Formats: sequence, C-alpha cells, structure tokens
Amino acid sequence: MKNIAVSARGVSANIENIQILRGIDIDLPQGRWTSVVGPNGAGKSTLLMALAGLLRHARVQGGVELLGRPLARIPARERARLLAWLGQNEAAADDLPAYEVAMLGRLPHRAWMAPASGADHAAVEQALRTTQAWDWRERPLSRLSGGERQRVLLARALAVQAPVMLMDEPLANLDPPHQADWLRTVRALTGAGGTVVSVLHEVSIALQADDMAIVAAGRVVHHGPCGDAATHAALEQVFDHRIRVRELDGTWIALPTL
Amino acid sequence: MNGGVPPGADIGVGSHRARWLAASLLAASLALLLLGASVGSTGFASVLRMAHDPLALQIVWDIRLPRTLGAWLAGALLGLAGSIAQGLFRNPLADPYLLGSASGAALGGALAMAMLGVSPTTAGWLARLGVTGAAFAGAALAVLLTLVLARGVQHTLRLLLAGVIVGVVLSAVRDLVQVASPHILEAMQVFTMGSSAFVGWQACLLMAGGWILCAGCAWALSRLLDGLMLGEATAASLGLPLVPMRTGLVLALALATGLAVAHTGLIAFVGLAAPHLVRSIARVTHQWHVWLSSLMGAVLLLAADILARWVIAPQELPVGVLTAALGGSYLLWLMHRRSAGRGL
Repeated sequence: MKNIAVSARGVSANIENIQILRGIDIDLPQGRWTSVVGPNGAGKSTLLMALAGLLRHARVQGGVELLGRPLARIPARERARLLAWLGQNEAAADDLPAYEVAMLGRLPHRAWMAPASGADHAAVEQALRTTQAWDWRERPLSRLSGGERQRVLLARALAVQAPVMLMDEPLANLDPPHQADWLRTVRALTGAGGTVVSVLHEVSIALQADDMAIVAAGRVVHHGPCGDAATHAALEQVFDHRIRVRELDGTWIALPTL
Repeated sequence: MNGGVPPGADIGVGSHRARWLAASLLAASLALLLLGASVGSTGFASVLRMAHDPLALQIVWDIRLPRTLGAWLAGALLGLAGSIAQGLFRNPLADPYLLGSASGAALGGALAMAMLGVSPTTAGWLARLGVTGAAFAGAALAVLLTLVLARGVQHTLRLLLAGVIVGVVLSAVRDLVQVASPHILEAMQVFTMGSSAFVGWQACLLMAGGWILCAGCAWALSRLLDGLMLGEATAASLGLPLVPMRTGLVLALALATGLAVAHTGLIAFVGLAAPHLVRSIARVTHQWHVWLSSLMGAVLLLAADILARWVIAPQELPVGVLTAALGGSYLLWLMHRRSAGRGL
C-alpha cells in the first residue's frame, strides 16, 4: 500500500452559488506525478485550489488530508513548507528582479524579518538553474517574455523545496524544449520521493505522468495509471472522442480525430 | 562556478542601489532641512542674526524649523501611505488621494474642528489629538467604503473609480459641514489647499511618533506586500496570514493619511509619485521599498514646500497647489509612457 500524499473526501465547492466541485473523492499517492485533465470549466483549477487549501472565497464541504493530516489543522507556515503552489496567470506586472521573485519561495522557511540564509540562497540558485532562468536573475519580471516569466515563477515554486507540489497549467507560454525540461524536472522531483500534481491542457504531456485524474463537470470520472487502456478510453470519452490516444516510440500521445 | 564566493553574493545590485538611494535621500533631507530654515519672508538674514536677535531666533526656531520638519514628516507619511496602498491593492495608481482616504481624513478633520471649535493655528494637545483621531477614522472609513464599492481589489479600474467616487462624495459632505459651521471656513481653506504654515512643534511630535509607528508596522508586514505581488492565492500558499496582515496595513495606511491630512491638509500626488520614483531607481522588495518611498515622499514634499515659500516670496503658494500641478503633470507623463509602451 502506497503512502497517500494528498487525499480528498467528498469535497464540494460553491463559488458565487455555482457548484464547481460535486463530491470529489481522490487519493494521490506519494512519490508520483499525477496529471489532472478535463474539458474547460470542468473544475480542474478549483480542485487543485481545494487540495491546496486556498479556496477562500468559496463554500467548501468535505475534508482534505495532506500527508495523512487534516489540511485545515496544519499551521499555515508549516503547510507552506509541505506544499508548494504554482498558480495560473497570477503575477501582476512586476518590478522585482527574477532572483528576488524566486526568493519569495523561501518565505515559509525564514523566520519573521530574518534575512535570507545561505541555505535560502543555495535553494534559489538551484531552482533558477533548474529552470534555466539563472542568467536573467537580475532582470525584473516585467522585462521578460511570457515563457521566461513562467520559468522564473516555476523556480519560485521549486525554491520552496516542498515534498508536495501543486501546479496549475505550469506549461503556459513554455516552448517545446522547455516543456521537455519541465517534464524532466518533474521526473527528478518524483524520483527523489516528491509528489507532483499538475493541471495540464497539453494532453500528450499529461500522458507522460504516472497517473491521470480525469475531471468532468465537477467530478473525478477516472483515476488510473497513464499507461492503462481504461485511462485512454476514459480520456477519449471525456473529450467526446475528438481526440484519440496512440502509441509512438513507446510513449502515449493524443492526436486530434479528423 | 566560483568556489569561494557564497551563493548569491553576486546578487545585491538591488540592495546596493537601495542603500545608495537611502543615503542620498537622507543627505538631501538634511540639506533641505537647513535650506528650509533659511527660507522665509524675512530671508536668510534671520539665520545670521538669530544669535543675538530674539525675534530672529523665534522666527527660525518656532516657525521655520517646525514647518520645515512638518513638511518633511507629512511627505514621509504620504510616501509611506502610497507605498502601502500600491502594494496592498496591487495597483500602481493607488494612493491616499485616488483611494478617497485623504478626502475621508479631511472630512473627519473638518467634523472634529466644527465640533471642538478649534483651528490648526490655536489648537492645543488634546484638540490636535482629537482632529488627528477623527482624520484617522475618516481615512479608515473611506478606504473601507472604497473597497466595498469596488467589491475587492481584483479590478484595477473599478477600484480607482470607486476611490474617485468616494472622494467626491466625502468632499461634498465636507462642504456641507463647512456651510453649517462657517467659523471653520478659514481653517478649512488651509486644509483643502494643503499647507505646512500651521505646523508647530506639537504637530511635529505627533507626526513623528505616528510615522515611526506606521513605518515600523509596514516594515514588519512588508512580506505580505511582497507575497501579494505573486497573487492572492500564492501569497496564501506561502503561509502568509492574509486577513490580519491586510488589516494591519490598512490601519497603517489610514493612520499615515490621517496624520498627514490633519496637520498639513490635502496634499496630492506625493503618495503617488514617491513609490514610482523609488521603483524607477531601485527595484527592491517591500522591506526596503516602504522606507525608501517614505524618504522619497519626505524629500519631494519638503522640496515643494520650500519652492512654494520661495517662488513668489515674501508671499507664498499653498504647497498643495504646487504638488497638484507638478504631480498632475507627472501622472500624465506616466500615463503617456504606459500607453506608449506596455499596458497597466
């Protein structure tokens, strides 16, 4: 029996009286990468926020557990060290240099008002090098392209060095080589025992994950290993058979149905 | 890799510039304080004669020095308020004026003066505290009203519109108070135009204490301002307690605005321009930014105040008129640059 990193039991969420999540039950195992896919408006991002305990303006029912403990009972700072979050389109036009942005990921590790320690600088450097953003560490975010920004923001999330990482559309604006780099980064994280959960629109990339959770109309309609025929069938089904899953060079890819 | 150098040692261009900027602003402050003591209707002669002329000493010590220091402090409070507002509302155009909080503070001050029957020239300790407290309450109320009207801070334009509307409505109420109690008319005129002319040592002491309090509070909570730059969800994910920290910052914003308005009246654009100028010189985290904006605001307002006293001497311009003219041009230039380059 694998350890469970994040689990949800009967999670429902209403935002402005619209029900987005309708009774989600899911167990995300430790040390694995789970991709969350589904049609637009299925509730993928809301699910991710609920798992991270970040739904502030919503009525949420049900319980979420992080590493075996009720999420709501974990103190905020400790939770921030256990769970890193990368949101979607969040950063405002920003004047901070990339290095300082990545350093914000170290806030949960730093005592109140304490300056950054050597460990903080090392973590930030490692994260920026991992996403190949080290070279423009002194440039402000506002002077970077969309893809470059995304790599800095990814480094910010990596700098937290949390055992569980939730990412919403982490590939936004990334070009194919950096999408491949991201994939390798995630594999390295899970290889070292980390847990990664990512909402992805790129179904072919999502199929490279260990497991896939398919969300539609606020429910998890399927959750299983990415290599399973049942997962592929569910995937084709949820996208109205407008995509088909095929094998190429030993990996699974999604193609449009013509 | 450069083995001996600790990681991150080559970073710090930002904080290096910040230190340099802080030092220049402090030096400029000192120079302007000295200059401020020597500018006035009786000219520099008063400084020369003050060793043996009690009248000259009184002019320099009881009039020029406190009002010079007062202008510096009011600018520091406004720059600080601007930095907090822009960070807290993630809005580069937020400032005490555009958010309506300055109008709220002026209304509070007017109500207090009408009820206590005092003017800034004659007020004693208790009355000053009363006017300041009322201005603080008015500023806090106006910020809350703006936030309720704008339904949160998510929408830049809605927030500014709500701020402008709250500002106009509260100014109208202030006019009504003025009509109802004509004895505060003269005091109110000073109030609405903005002037350092009635700042004495008591006011300086109050503003200095408040400034330390507000700046310390903003500095202690500066992590939230940093976190919010990455969005509300990310800030929460970093373990920052949003609600208590926001409350603390709104209170600091209101107190800084209230203090400045209660003693020098409505002085526009210092709170808007100071954080922008700092950002264009040094890109630093808010731990630095709140202090630098505050110093920048102090230098700006003191410079404007000296200019206002000197430009048509022995007459003087209300400094609020000068900052409105200069600051308005700056805002126009900023808008032009933004629309020419990238959007908001």
